[in-house]
Amino acid sequence: MVKKLRYTNALAVLLMVAGLSAPALAGSEDVVVENAWSRASIGVNRPGAAYMTVRNTGEDAVTLTGLATPLAMMPEIHESKTNSDGVSSMVPAGEITIEPGQSVALEPGGLHAMLMKLQEPMTEGETFPLTLTFSNGGEVTVEVPILGIAARGPEG
Amino acid sequence: MQRRQLVLYGAAGAGFLGLTLFVGWWRVDGPGAPEPKGQRPLPLSAMEFRLTDHEENEVGPGNLIGRPTMVFFGFTYCPDVCPTTLSDISGWLEELGDEASEMNVVFITVDPERDTVEAMAEYVGYFHPVIRGWTGPEDQIARAAEGFRASFERVPTEGGGYTMNHTASVFLFDAEGELVTMIDYHEPREFAVPKIRRALTEDVEGAT
Repeated sequence: MVKKLRYTNALAVLLMVAGLSAPALAGSEDVVVENAWSRASIGVNRPGAAYMTVRNTGEDAVTLTGLATPLAMMPEIHESKTNSDGVSSMVPAGEITIEPGQSVALEPGGLHAMLMKLQEPMTEGETFPLTLTFSNGGEVTVEVPILGIAARGPEG
Repeated sequence: MQRRQLVLYGAAGAGFLGLTLFVGWWRVDGPGAPEPKGQRPLPLSAMEFRLTDHEENEVGPGNLIGRPTMVFFGFTYCPDVCPTTLSDISGWLEELGDEASEMNVVFITVDPERDTVEAMAEYVGYFHPVIRGWTGPEDQIARAAEGFRASFERVPTEGGGYTMNHTASVFLFDAEGELVTMIDYHEPREFAVPKIRRALTEDVEGAT
């Protein structure tokens, strides 16, 4: 058990180093990620969520295809929807294309980075790296601050 | 002759308008309305269910009568909609200030399998202290949801787990347990807070 844990930690560190070195990759210099934030978790059993605005400042459309983070084994972009009867549901959002000059908001009640299979609890006051991958092979890594569990926005 | 024509057109117009209104009524409020989702929640006094609050007290709809009440459904393994609703409600309660302590505010889980009394206690502890968390056997939760005309459904996820679809509206009742109104999911504070104030004042007027 102890051995297994140690192995997982080593893997996490390895992944984190890989994640932090990601911004050096080409093809994503036109993508700006702003106002990233997330809520603290209770333990690791519940999925976490992170929010941000992804802006395409370039001349060409970009397509956001996936996420990676050492914090969670299964990070995915999901979308919450509420139908006319007031029933909320959540589905994987698939690929998201951002036209030149446009931005996509990941915000409560809509698109969000869902962090499934947390490797460690999300603790208020800490940050974690989140890498956004794009269809052209580009990547952008952003440090996401972890706010309180009752936070309502990037300001807390 | 011209006048007669005018009257005729007028009558036809009025008839058409009447028919339109009738069709509208039929489809929205009348026998043609979709059942049961379009129905209003029952008064609290007409509901029957037994649950346990996050401090292990036996509770039911009867406990809510006597004070204005806010009820909503959710589950603690919900990463987006539920913490957002809970923090929205916490914000509304902060704005109400002292008045908030005159209300019942209840979060009923739709996921009793994972939301035990202990899980609910830990979770609600992070939000406004007025908020109570209720859980219990699945059949009792189903009866509660039926009373509120709320729905929930278990949906498997690809990782082998599951998530819950559920009604995300907030139900507002006056002190006598009659529905005042509902607050939609993520409704802006400037609309939500006056609605809550209405439930609080109906408490005074509702003495008749």
